[in-house]
Amino acid sequence: MGWESWIIDTLKRALAYGTPLLWGTLGEIYAERAGVVNLGVEGMMILGALSAFAVAQSTGNPWLGILAASVVGGFAALIHAFFSVTLRANQYVSGLALTIFGLGLSGLLGTSWVGISLKNPLPKATIPGLERIPILGEALFRDHSYLTYIGIVLAVVLWFVLYKTRWGIAIRSVGESPSTADAMGIDVFAVQYLCVIFGGILAGVAGGFLSVEYRPAWTEGMTAGMGWIVIALTIFAAWDPLQAVGGVVLFGALYHLAYRLQAWFPPEFLKLMPYAFAILVLAVAGLRKVKRGAPASLGVPYVRGQR
Amino acid sequence: MAEKRTDAHPDSLASHQNVALLMRDITKVFPGVVANDKVTFELKVGEVHALLGENGAGKTTLMNILYGLYQADSGEIYLYGKRVRIRSPRDAIRHRIGMVHQHFKLVPRHTVAENVVLGLDGAPFLAPARAVEDEILQLGERYGLKVDPKAYIWQLSAGEQQRVEIIKALVRGADILILDEPTSVLTPQEVEELFKILARMREEGHSVIFITHKLDEVMEVSDRVTVMRRGKVVATLSTADVNKPTLAKMMVGREVVFRLKKVACERGQEALVVEDLWALSDRGLPALKGISFSVCRGEILGIAGVAGNGQKELVEVITGLRRATRGKVFVLGDEVTNENPRRIADKGVAHIPEERLKRGIVPEMSVAENLILKRHHRSPFCHGFFLNLRAVKRFAHHAIEEYAIMTPGPDTPAKLLSGGNIQRLILARELSGEPALVIAAHPTYGLDVGATEQIRQILLEQRRRGAAILLISEDLEELMSLADRIAVIFEGEIMGEVSPEAATLEEIGLMMAGEKRRVRR
Ligand SMILES: Nc1ncnc2c1ncn2[C@@H]1O[C@H](COP(=O)(O)OP(=O)(O)O)[C@@H](O)[C@H]1O
Ligand SMILES: [Mg+2]
Repeated sequence: MGWESWIIDTLKRALAYGTPLLWGTLGEIYAERAGVVNLGVEGMMILGALSAFAVAQSTGNPWLGILAASVVGGFAALIHAFFSVTLRANQYVSGLALTIFGLGLSGLLGTSWVGISLKNPLPKATIPGLERIPILGEALFRDHSYLTYIGIVLAVVLWFVLYKTRWGIAIRSVGESPSTADAMGIDVFAVQYLCVIFGGILAGVAGGFLSVEYRPAWTEGMTAGMGWIVIALTIFAAWDPLQAVGGVVLFGALYHLAYRLQAWFPPEFLKLMPYAFAILVLAVAGLRKVKRGAPASLGVPYVRGQR
Repeated sequence: MAEKRTDAHPDSLASHQNVALLMRDITKVFPGVVANDKVTFELKVGEVHALLGENGAGKTTLMNILYGLYQADSGEIYLYGKRVRIRSPRDAIRHRIGMVHQHFKLVPRHTVAENVVLGLDGAPFLAPARAVEDEILQLGERYGLKVDPKAYIWQLSAGEQQRVEIIKALVRGADILILDEPTSVLTPQEVEELFKILARMREEGHSVIFITHKLDEVMEVSDRVTVMRRGKVVATLSTADVNKPTLAKMMVGREVVFRLKKVACERGQEALVVEDLWALSDRGLPALKGISFSVCRGEILGIAGVAGNGQKELVEVITGLRRATRGKVFVLGDEVTNENPRRIADKGVAHIPEERLKRGIVPEMSVAENLILKRHHRSPFCHGFFLNLRAVKRFAHHAIEEYAIMTPGPDTPAKLLSGGNIQRLILARELSGEPALVIAAHPTYGLDVGATEQIRQILLEQRRRGAAILLISEDLEELMSLADRIAVIFEGEIMGEVSPEAATLEEIGLMMAGEKRRVRR
């Protein structure tokens, strides 16, 4: 294999594997920018994966599956928003509970879907014109899922919204200093609810991608720790949607290389990767003090007038 | 808001065309305290109205109710004669009320323009910050509020941040502007500038509520003054008809005699020597840049300066809570640079920290436990692994009596005490065992006049006993009356040192703003 096809192959696989990570990370970035940590990504993704598969298989339409996944993801996030924003429960505990709940419930409800392969998965698309750019065209613009292209466009749009619009200022201000936003007439609860739910919708789609496109079937626990990579990537990307694209491609490539090296390493190594990566990112973030870039009120429930 | 005309307040007070605001019989109860007790407050159009009261009198609570941050338990609010309900800051803004909070409501990591445009009705969806830049500059011209719209808040001085807050209110068309203790973070010169701005606003027809506990400021800027004490209004008067002693008496509820018994003391051995000290702030920026000074037994060295100029870091480095990156600290001749806090404390260093609740006590633990925190590991409070509870109790009873700590008993959680009593508790703990060096950071901040007097008296008593005292304070009057020498700190450097007898407030103010002067010995 020549180096060109090697690069093309790596990039292609990185993007495919990275697509659910990108959707999940973009969603988590928005939730955390509004000051709410949601450790329930893994749970929302797995619920999204199961509902996408079930609906796609029953209706024969994979897009309806993705829609179902986004709705389910949004509802799961709503639970987290209710506990962490309205009841002001500990966000970390609430998020962890959501992950455990999602993994358990999907396992329970999914038994009858195990072992079936999906009739018609999401189609792939090629972007005419761009695909003819040498090397990059073939790697980035040929035979990718629609969700991959949409995800990258979404990253740009979300970056723009965050930094260049009214909404963006409101969201960032809520995450930095909710009491300031409140004093300026922003409905802090509404912003936090919307951002958390939006994050859940994206996480749901991320899960749906896995079961109706990446591996068009349902297996229990098929997210395999991706939710935790999302949490790590959110920090790695310094809560910036554009940097998230870079982080996702980088991790996707790493994962692909590890996959290639499977002949020399035990398969457990591959399963270990997401968690090892998450720990590594947190350690590096700690050393480099990346945490300084975190929204200042991240994880702190807001109570008006509390001293 | 659907007020009917019949809702309009009928009697003479509000029927006057020139009444901008009437708050009537406002009551607000917090657990354990009536913060506002049937408070009635009236603001005329185009006046600067001072709201005067000691800390805890209920001034902020009343204004937070007006701004929609709190809901009153009972009482009514009328704006220009019409009854209104204000349920959130959004409502208040819509009624053209603006508030500059004591602790600024600004997002430090955003720019001035971003802060101004946050939540602003009518701002464009795209590039909203750019859209207000011109307006910020124009308002700056008109009212003398100069500030760069593209600057980040964290880059600005407290005075500049305050201007941003005022601009925020003006951009929203505020007719009524509330300023909560606006001078507490300013240098004397910045205070003068603020007063000019207020005069300008009065000319332009705004009505201003000016909250303060400083009598001089009331006399200087206000047209009328409302005095509050313990949640109640004592009186509303025309400033021209009152004088400072009368106001002081109303505010405190008794005759105030500002007299401190300061006896001459002999300077003894050097208890604290600091040499070329450097340290970083939490953000990793240099906070101390080569600080040197010494304090002798029997003297008080005051450190003056606007908050955030390195005072906090200085205290933390001396007490071992923060690493010095360069330089040396000596206590009683022994080097203690970057030693651990317990070892420094055991050398005879008392620390009265700036954040009482966070660093002075463990709020959930009892008064008795808090009293022995520093010495629980030593006799008589422990025998090996076990605490000697009887000794702890005995010590607690003794301390409660000696320092007049008002508490139901030694087992009460410390958090239930009032600010003044928490401070007495901290003093009782820190000063037991006769320390050679006392580091006192803002020891009377936020305390009422009685507690303030007592704590100053205690510090002077320690000086007389022969302790060296490093007193960090933003209150220049406190420094002038207690300190033997005053050093002024600005951006992590000592600007100079003066003696309180010879220096003027103006001189110190200039140094607080960064003007260096030759050290006069
Ligand atoms: N959010 C709150 N929760 C509980 N108690 C409060 C709260 N805000 C104020 N208080 C209490 O109400 C009283 C009045 O406080 P405040 O209005 O801040 O006084 P001032 O502004 O005059 O110094 C104080 O005893 C204070 O402890
Ligand atoms: Mg106050």
